[in-house]
Order: sequence, then structure tokens, then C-alpha cells
Amino acid sequence: MPGNPLPDAESLLASLTDRMRSAVGPATGLVGIHTGGVWLAERLHAALGLKLPLGTLDVSFYRDDFSRKGLRRNVKSSDIPFDVDGCDVVIVDDVLHTGRTIRAALNELFDYGRPGRIRLAALVDRGGRELPIAADFTGAEIEASAGETIELTRDAAGRLALQLTRN
Amino acid sequence: MWLDSANPQLNKNGELHHLLSLEGLPAGILRQILDTAESFVGVTQREVKKVPLLRGKAVFNLFFEPSTRTRTTFEIAAKRLSADVINLAINVSSQSKGETVLDTVANLSAMQADMFIVRHAASGAPYLIAKHVAPDIHVVNAGDGRHAHPTQGLLDMYTIRHYKGDFTKLRVAIVGDILHSRVARSQIHALSTLGCPEIRVIGPKTLLPAHVNRLGVQVHGDMRQGLKDVDVVMMLRLQNERMNGALLPSAQEFYKYYGLTEDKLALAKPDAIVLHPGPMNRGVEIDSSVADGRQSVILPQVTFGIAIRMAVMSILAGN
Amino acid sequence: MKIHIKSGRLIDPRHGVDAQRDVYIAAGKIVAIGEAPAGFSANRVIDAAGRVVCPGLVDLAVRLREPGYEYLATLETEMRAAIAGGVTSLACPPDTDPPLDEPGLVEMLKFSARNLNQAHLYPVGALTAGLKGKNLTEMAELRDAGCVAFSQAEAPFADTQVLMNALQYAATFGIPVWLRAQDPALARHGVAHEGEVATRLGLPAIPVMAETVALSTILLIARETGARIHIARISSAEAVAMVRDAKARGLPVTCDIGVHHLHLSEMDIGYFDPNCNLTPPLRSQRDRDALRGGLADGSIDALCSDHTPVDEDAKQLPFSEAEPGATGVELLLPLTLKWAAEEKRPLAAAIERITVKPAAILGIDAGHLGVGASADVCIFDPGCDWRIEPSALFSLGKNTPFSGYEMRGRVTHTLVSGNLVYEKKSN
Repeated sequence: MPGNPLPDAESLLASLTDRMRSAVGPATGLVGIHTGGVWLAERLHAALGLKLPLGTLDVSFYRDDFSRKGLRRNVKSSDIPFDVDGCDVVIVDDVLHTGRTIRAALNELFDYGRPGRIRLAALVDRGGRELPIAADFTGAEIEASAGETIELTRDAAGRLALQLTRN
Repeated sequence: MWLDSANPQLNKNGELHHLLSLEGLPAGILRQILDTAESFVGVTQREVKKVPLLRGKAVFNLFFEPSTRTRTTFEIAAKRLSADVINLAINVSSQSKGETVLDTVANLSAMQADMFIVRHAASGAPYLIAKHVAPDIHVVNAGDGRHAHPTQGLLDMYTIRHYKGDFTKLRVAIVGDILHSRVARSQIHALSTLGCPEIRVIGPKTLLPAHVNRLGVQVHGDMRQGLKDVDVVMMLRLQNERMNGALLPSAQEFYKYYGLTEDKLALAKPDAIVLHPGPMNRGVEIDSSVADGRQSVILPQVTFGIAIRMAVMSILAGN
Repeated sequence: MKIHIKSGRLIDPRHGVDAQRDVYIAAGKIVAIGEAPAGFSANRVIDAAGRVVCPGLVDLAVRLREPGYEYLATLETEMRAAIAGGVTSLACPPDTDPPLDEPGLVEMLKFSARNLNQAHLYPVGALTAGLKGKNLTEMAELRDAGCVAFSQAEAPFADTQVLMNALQYAATFGIPVWLRAQDPALARHGVAHEGEVATRLGLPAIPVMAETVALSTILLIARETGARIHIARISSAEAVAMVRDAKARGLPVTCDIGVHHLHLSEMDIGYFDPNCNLTPPLRSQRDRDALRGGLADGSIDALCSDHTPVDEDAKQLPFSEAEPGATGVELLLPLTLKWAAEEKRPLAAAIERITVKPAAILGIDAGHLGVGASADVCIFDPGCDWRIEPSALFSLGKNTPFSGYEMRGRVTHTLVSGNLVYEKKSN
């Protein structure tokens, strides 16, 4: 695609990391949402030097479009390797759009326990919310129309990039 | 014509609509079920062992043949998916009063069922039901006659994959009453689809079906020979009514020649695993020291069984 | 009533006729072939141009379900089905309720059939009382009441001694005995051919041996007793070879097969189609090919429909619980034609197997169109393509594995004793 109209994901991640640095501590638990959110969370976890092991969520079992779309193939396992009860949790996702994925993630997280606080970090907030959900940390806000999809990709070297497709 | 589509289990997009048999299912679908089950294994180890996937769906356990054990695993699986579960033990008396299988199914469909889990003593009964239910209802075969027990076959495949990884290098032996076993048939189909190169069946000729070799298996009458260097030993349950009589002289003789004992298991590879679909007849088809021994994976099978059934139900409900 | 069947292609295997010939009928008999008799003036002319005119079909096994199973079918509906299929003479097996083991029952059945004035009915009497396989029936009396032969239908004998006695007793009176070759113990609980399909589907199986063991017993006892025996509905290649061999050794034995077995094999069971639950079971493709060969070379004398109407409640069940059998009397002709077309057999050779040959087994003067013969005639359109729709069948039994099959050849007129009893409505 000639001339990617979207900002560079690596620099967005750098600024997201900066914004989060003062807001997290040793007791913060990071949880990435599959798949892009997990890539980001891995990088954030290392960059922020967090102590609790990284958690991952695949919200397929909690999605509200199951009855219309069915179960996705290649469902990944969710894994929260720390005690959620009372924990200060930050959920990490790549693109915040309708808010439905985050709703599903919140529900799933509560099935692991009762967190003390949950905050949300997203690399990109593209607007278009359908639920009362907002991010606590974002890399950038991008205007995108309903027919467009913004996706995070990762190449073999581990470099992150944003990709725009129109249907 | 009868069940027009090439495979009545698949919808027109080639996705699983009913689970009736593992025969004829593409490897991709089998793997999809195993992979999905893997995600559900995690769920069953959490604080809340439940996901909201099938919330508001009604799953009917339709057991024309009693089986508390299988019914319970389906019930647990459905409940962990947040479905409403209705258990119906169809007693033989209402059947003998002239109400047919199809009458029963028609009545239940009118109660807004989303899924039927069917157990029946006659081979093929779930096909009959699948043919006659409304197009949005899914049917899962929970064991029909001697024909198939697909979820058991799948959980066995899950267990083998969990411990052995790749199917394409495995030598697997299935031992006991193959003739009457729906489990054995499902295992054989799944193993061949998943690429297992050597499947052996072991049993006396009175307990082997005719032309069983055409299913792509090697036949052994001598268990010691059959177990040599296998990676996986799958034992079958010997039904009580078969133990003494026309097909077998006695349970004792069966145990002596076809029961899995430590000395016979020693002929398999040292890291061979032992499976059994349960419930076990200790001292008939398997010795206690083997059933409880280090190579036995019989208890993990039960845990995986729940995840497999969750996977099957959630994939079906979504297609 | 004088009828002139005009311009048809007359096929009469018994007289070696296959040519365009007019047929003249008067007072229920064939009065002339080819040229009209002097002074013949027809009340009715049937234009048979482009059609085949052949003897009315003779079907060796049509279950009318009367007495006892009138909810499945009645004499009236099944007779109607028979004439719609061009069948003008039919034998009915004794497996009614009660079985045909008393002269009164036989007379009643014959009387009802005569009143319907449709196809000729030839009851086959029960060999043993109540078909229980133990005590012989009054065969001589039953014969006098109208039974043309005796059989056990699908019921077994209590033991081989009863079979022996039955054949000896029947031989005394020269009474023909029709037997199914199936060892009850070897077939017990079985519903499908013991082969790959039954193994795959987990269906309780009936080995070929169930047929061959019983057949060899029957053939040995027949030779010993000198009884006139007919083997009904063989199903396997081995049985065809055994019958062929017995005939070669001069044993006076005849045999038939069901028309379904000429076309279908175990593979047609597909995903447990209960309409393919038949007795004997559909066997392997190799067996089916042997049946086709045996029919062609004459080892198998006749084809029959083995017509068995079963209602939905008894058929729409899991395969092994469904009642066996298929409706077929209306399909006998097209399925026979299908065989002839596929095997490139002359039409006359095919028609022979469903007319003169079964008539000979029944021992009746039927199945031919010689001058002086009863005017039992079937006229069919050999080029008519049609599709089998069970709901359109006259029989109350809609149970056919051929639902949706394309057929070529359809009956347009049926005459029994010179009466036009069926005429297909033109669409």
C-alpha cells in the first residue's frame, strides 16, 4: 500500500509507554487481548518493568456477536497467571472502536476474580463507540469511517505497524 | 432421496451443523474442535468455570438409553457454557405406547430447543432425528448403538495429542470388544483422518466385526503381538452381558488373554499411554495396577471430555 | 365386450412374438392375433401405436395385508396398485394375521378378490399352523380351497425335521413348496448384509452364510424327498451359483429374486435409510452383479416385486427398528425394463421373467397371449420418462428406496379377462 495514511505504530507505542509509566506500579497486572493487544502488552510489560506475570485474554467466549457470527476459528486460551482479586489491572488492546471487545474482556476478567481497579490502554482510539467505555491511556486518536478496518500487524522481526483496509 | 447432502453433518458452507459421526469429517474440523477444547480446558480451571456463550440456549439431553455418566458430562459442559439444560430420560414405556422417536422430537422442538444431545440403543437414530428436526436445531450424537460415539472419540484424540503431540508417528492399539463398540469405530475414523499410520485392533474373532480390516486397521488375535511397540493403548469396556456365553467363555479367560496387565503393557513402548472410556471393569479388561498406574491417562480423559463437549456445543451453536 | 388393440408392438415371449401385431379380444379371451376374425366388430379400439403390448405381469409375492393389517393396506388399494403396475396375476404370501392356514381364510380372500374383479389372486398357503414352524397345515384341503403353493413366508421352521416332514408331505400330493433360504440362528437380530457397510454403520449383520447354509439344507432335503421346490428371494452370488449347480445336476428347482435386489446394494443404505431395510438384506455390489447375471442366464427364473407396504410409523424409525420391506408392485415393470436397458437385454427376455416364467412357477395358464388364452394384457409406453414420487403411488405403502429415481416405461392400460381395468389418465 503506497503511503500508509496511518501513524507509525512503534512511535505510538513509545508515547503510550511514556503515558503509562507514572500510572503503574509493582502491583499492576497487565492483561493483553488477543491478538494485537497481547503483542502490545508484551512490549509494555518489558518496557515498564512490571513484576506480575503478563495475562492474556481471548474474549471469543464472551463476545456478543456469537449468535450471528458463530465461534471464531483459532480461539486462543485465556491465561491470567496472577491473582485477580483486589488487583490493579490494566487491559491492553490495539484498536478501541465500538467498545464491545472491552465489554467482553471486563466480563471475562470478573470470572477470574474481583479486581481492585481496571483501567484500559489502547494504541489507537478510532472513535465509533457503542458502549459507555473510554480508554485511560491511548497512543493516538484517529478518525476512521465505519467501512474501514484498522488492524495491528507484526512482522517477523517483531515490528508493529497499523494497517487500514476498506471493505 | 434420503439425506441429500454428501455429508448430513455439514451445512452448505461445509461447516459442522450436527455432530453424528467422526467418519467423513475433514481433519480441519477435527482439529478445530481439539483446538477450541484446549481453550476451554483453561476455563475449567478458573474461579468461575463458566462462560456466557450459550446463554439463553436450551440444550435437551435426550437419552433413549440410560447413561448417567455421559449425560452428566454433557450437562456439565452445557452448564459451563451457560445453556439451560433439560434432561429427558425417555422411558421405554412411552416408546412402547406407540410414541415414536420422531413424535418425541417433534414435541421437544415445539419447546424451542436449540440442541439435542441424543443417546440411543439403535445405530443411526441420531441421523433420523437430524433429518427431521427444524433446520436451526443441532443434533449431537452421544452414542448410538454400535455405530458412533463421536465426542468420546474426540476426547480420546485430545488426550493422545496432549501427551503425544503428532499423530503421524504413532502406533495405536485398540483392545477388546470391537464388534459392539461405537467408541472403537469413532476412534478408528478419527485416528485415520488425523494421519495415524498404524492402527491395530486386538480381540478374539467373536468380538471383531466382519471386514474390519477394510476400515484401515491391522487385526491381531494375540494381544502380546498386538501391543508390541505401540505408543497408545486404548482399552474398551466389555459389557457384562457379553462376558459369559456365546461370544466368550468367561470373564476370567478374557482377562487372561485380553486384559491389560503390567506384563502385557511392558511390551508397548516404555512411554506408552493407556486410555479407557470408562466405566472400567477392573480385573476383566484392565488390571487395577495399570488403571491407576503411571501410564494411565484415564482421569485426564474425563477432564478433557468436558472441554471437548463444550467445544462441540459452542462450535455447533455458532454455525 | 370386444376389444381391438391396434398397432402395438406385441411381445409374447412364450410364442416368440416380437412384432407389430393387432390383438383381438372377445368374451375375456384372446380370439385372434394379427388379422381380425371374420365379422369382428370392436366395442373399443385401443390405439397402441408406439406402445408395447405384452402379457399381464405375474408377480410371485405381493403382500395385500389382508386379513389382519388393513391399517397398512387393503385388498382394494393393493389390487389397484397391482393393475396400475400392469400386474394381472399375483401370489400373496401367507404372512397375514391370522396366517393363511385354514381353508376358510383362503376362500374368503379369493372371494373378496373375485368381487373386486381386478387382478387374479393366487394365495400361497401356510406350510405350518400359524406359521409357527411346528405342525403341518391341511395342505391338501388348502390346495382344494385355492392355494397354489405353500410357504413359511419369512417365518422359520422349529427345526430341520419339520422342514423334512413338510417337504415329504407336500411331495405326496405333488404340492409345490416355496422356501426362503435363511438360517434363523445365523441371521438372528441381523438387519444388514455382513459386509463393509454394516461394519462401518454398526448395524447387526446377516452373513451370506445364513443364506447358503439354509439353501444347502433345502436342496439336500428336496433331492431326498422329491418335493417340488421353489426358492424365494435369494440374495447372494454364492446362492446363485448353488442354484445353478443344482439345476445342472437335474434337480427340479426354480428360484426368484426381488426386483429391489437387482438394482440396489448395501451401499444404498447410505446414512441409515430405513427404506433399504429389506428381507433378505441388500448385499454387496458383487452379489448384486451375480443376481443380474443369474437372471440373464436363467439360473434365476423370475423376478418379483416382493411388495410389502409399510406405513410411516413403522418405517420412520432407526434402521434396525424399522419394519423391513418395500412397496413395489407398481414398480416391477419399470425396474425390470431398467435392468434390461442397463444390461442390453432384449425386451422380450426381460418380459419373460415377469410373465411366462413366474406363471410356470405358479403352475397357472397365464403370462402369454396365445389365441384362447385369458385376455390378461399389459400395455405400456416404453419411452415414457417419469419420476417416482411415493405420494403418487396407488399402494398405501409409500416406502420405496427408489423415491426420486427417474424411470423409463410406464403402463398405460391393463386388461384382466378382457376387461379394461386400468387406463392411465393422460396428463
